Amino acid sequence: MSSLFTQDKKTTARNAAEKRFRAYGVVAITLALLALVWLLISIFGAGLPAFRQTFLTFPVTLDVAVLDKQGHALPAEMAKVTTIGYGKVLASSLAAEIAAQGIDTGGMTAKDLADMISEESAATLRNKVLGNPALLGQTISFTALANGRIDGFFKGRVTMESAKLDKNTSPEKLVLAGKLRDAGILSIRFNTGFLTMPDASDKRPEAAGLGVAIIGSLYMMFVVLVLALPIGVAASVYLEEFAPKNRWTDLIEVNIANLAAVPSIVYGILGLAIFINFAGLPQSAPIVGGLVLTLMTLPRIIIPTRAALKAVPPSIRDAALGIGASKLQTVTHHVLPLAMPGILTGTIIGLAQALGETAPLLLIGMVAFVRDFPGAPPSGLFDPASALPVQIYNWTQRSDPGFVERASGAIIVLLVFLIAMNTVAIILRRKYERRW
Amino acid sequence: MTSEPENIMSLTKLSVSAIALLAASALTASARDQLQISGSSTVLPFATIVAEAFGEQGTFKTPVVEGGGSGAGRAALCKGVGEDTIDIANSSSKIKQSDIDACKANGVNDIMEIRIGYDGIVFASDIAGPDFALVPADIYGAIAGQVVKDGALVANASKTWADVNAALPAQDILALIPGTKHGTREVFNQKVIEAGCKDTGAYDLFLATAEGADDAAKAKAALASCDTLRTDGMQVEIDGDYTETLSRLAANKNAVGVFGLSFYENNADKLKVATVKGVVPSTATIADGTYPVSRPLFMYVKKAHIGVIPGLQEYLDFFVSDDMVGPEGKLVEYGLVSDPELAKTQADVAADTVMAPLQ
Repeated sequence: MSSLFTQDKKTTARNAAEKRFRAYGVVAITLALLALVWLLISIFGAGLPAFRQTFLTFPVTLDVAVLDKQGHALPAEMAKVTTIGYGKVLASSLAAEIAAQGIDTGGMTAKDLADMISEESAATLRNKVLGNPALLGQTISFTALANGRIDGFFKGRVTMESAKLDKNTSPEKLVLAGKLRDAGILSIRFNTGFLTMPDASDKRPEAAGLGVAIIGSLYMMFVVLVLALPIGVAASVYLEEFAPKNRWTDLIEVNIANLAAVPSIVYGILGLAIFINFAGLPQSAPIVGGLVLTLMTLPRIIIPTRAALKAVPPSIRDAALGIGASKLQTVTHHVLPLAMPGILTGTIIGLAQALGETAPLLLIGMVAFVRDFPGAPPSGLFDPASALPVQIYNWTQRSDPGFVERASGAIIVLLVFLIAMNTVAIILRRKYERRW
Repeated sequence: MTSEPENIMSLTKLSVSAIALLAASALTASARDQLQISGSSTVLPFATIVAEAFGEQGTFKTPVVEGGGSGAGRAALCKGVGEDTIDIANSSSKIKQSDIDACKANGVNDIMEIRIGYDGIVFASDIAGPDFALVPADIYGAIAGQVVKDGALVANASKTWADVNAALPAQDILALIPGTKHGTREVFNQKVIEAGCKDTGAYDLFLATAEGADDAAKAKAALASCDTLRTDGMQVEIDGDYTETLSRLAANKNAVGVFGLSFYENNADKLKVATVKGVVPSTATIADGTYPVSRPLFMYVKKAHIGVIPGLQEYLDFFVSDDMVGPEGKLVEYGLVSDPELAKTQADVAADTVMAPLQ
């Protein structure tokens, strides 16, 4: 006997099925969230230290007799002193400061002391002096990067046990580094260099930064925007508003949908064949990267653009045509402005995908060691540069453990860029999207 | 609403002019003023260290250095002469006749061969694991496809290192060796597998049954049989870099991995190195030849680019200078083994001596 108050067997079973289904959903979402949290924790845990760096600040005496043997203060003559010479100046100045503060080095040699300073700092000092020869003969306060192993010690990557086995450092150096910190010579600060400095070799992970990669990525995004947006919008408008509906346009439509799903490495192979081997454009250049990514992004812009155009109600077109506007006027005065928020959202999401793309860039020489900043556009687009995702790939292959932290830090920077772009897309959509 | 169409028109104008600008600058793109280098991922860290030091002296731009493998680098070098081709190929193995022929076909006639030093290949396992004292015969016995048992060739059935040699730890065999695209693999085959094959007597058995037109062809076939490794998962070919080998090793503590000496030295707190024939690998034991598994590293230079691409000659001189590859040089600090005949290399580079035909 069934009633509304006592559930019969079938109803119980149906209710139970619904409960189970909800539970599956909760489990699925929980798993997804856990994976996300785990990913973020592992990336941020490994990557946040890259934004802090160990510095040594001490007075450096710029001896004229060492740095400018001729004594004319002419940059051309002073350039004869290489970074090796400046490294020695830094090392002796640090030794003098340690002695002046009365810190016990535990019998470390001059070479051991020199090893505590990053080789990069010698180049920084040299550029500073060559840029301003008036500094010669003065004693300046100079902030040098500490060696990567010392830096790793304060970040927990290097321990006394690991230092014993490591020929690049020693427990004595770490003990001295602790004393230098107490004396105020050594400090740990925010590392702006991680965002502004170029890549560095395996011998100086502490100096490696994302400067060239960020500029390279920006240049490529510029090329993609300038090419893919007008071409994509023109193609969509033609297909949506002007093209006759026949077998050819159907074929094109299917192809565009398929191209959006083609693995990105294929575009890299295409780019290598067309832009580098055939057109003779330079390797490792943002222009080639931008062109390849344009090819990849085009279908991803055309599809949302066509959807946005379709979403504009036909009544608006009819009204415009009805009061005598031409087809072109209807499109440019009414349909396109109304579809613009959707087009921009699609474009930004397409750009964000292009920003994170690695595979096609592998084939066109962007995974290279590039230390010089590219020039200003437009000619700078032809200079070698790196890009954010390939810089991450590159750093994960380095042998020095210091690069693990750099790679994760670079992932954080890339994520911030992606989140910023997607946020802009969401804001545009929320603010300007119209529904009919 | 009136402003929006204008916006669109100006946007269109802007993009059209930007495209025109790009096209114009493409035609006027200036001559290449920095070196392009590509090739071996073993040489890559050494080349970047030199490139960085070369660039920061301020006279020339920092060369652009790419990895990608020795073979890929030599192929890129042989693509032709001109600004859109690379200047130097780094290589961890000697150039092949096929490369030279490809070069000739594309007009690259004069190639300089510069031996920058030696690199050791080491076997290392997890730092907490047991010690390994290996000889080539042990490694051959552990990972070869066929081994000698009671005077006949049988399929390799060893499960643990102790099965191969009772003196070794009773640890499951898992060898992480470089994939075939690496120059390192060639040396590994030659100096370890083929040496072990000969030491265990497997080579003679292979030779007895080898097919071929003459003795040389038979010997080649026998060596190819030696190089055929077991395929039951006890050896894993790593196509990525040493960082991949290291992370595989961290995931599986039983594994024994093949690394370059410099990589091992930079990760000595995680790895325990095995001796080979009782010798601990180090720059000293490799330089004096007592450590058996080492190979020379090369740069191949397109001579036609010297004097055309600014800084090429200076880079070469800088690379082979004592400050870089001498016994106290920067690269030696990083793990390169200095070449005892460096003075001759320096003289050859200064004179731009072209390499002799292969023997």
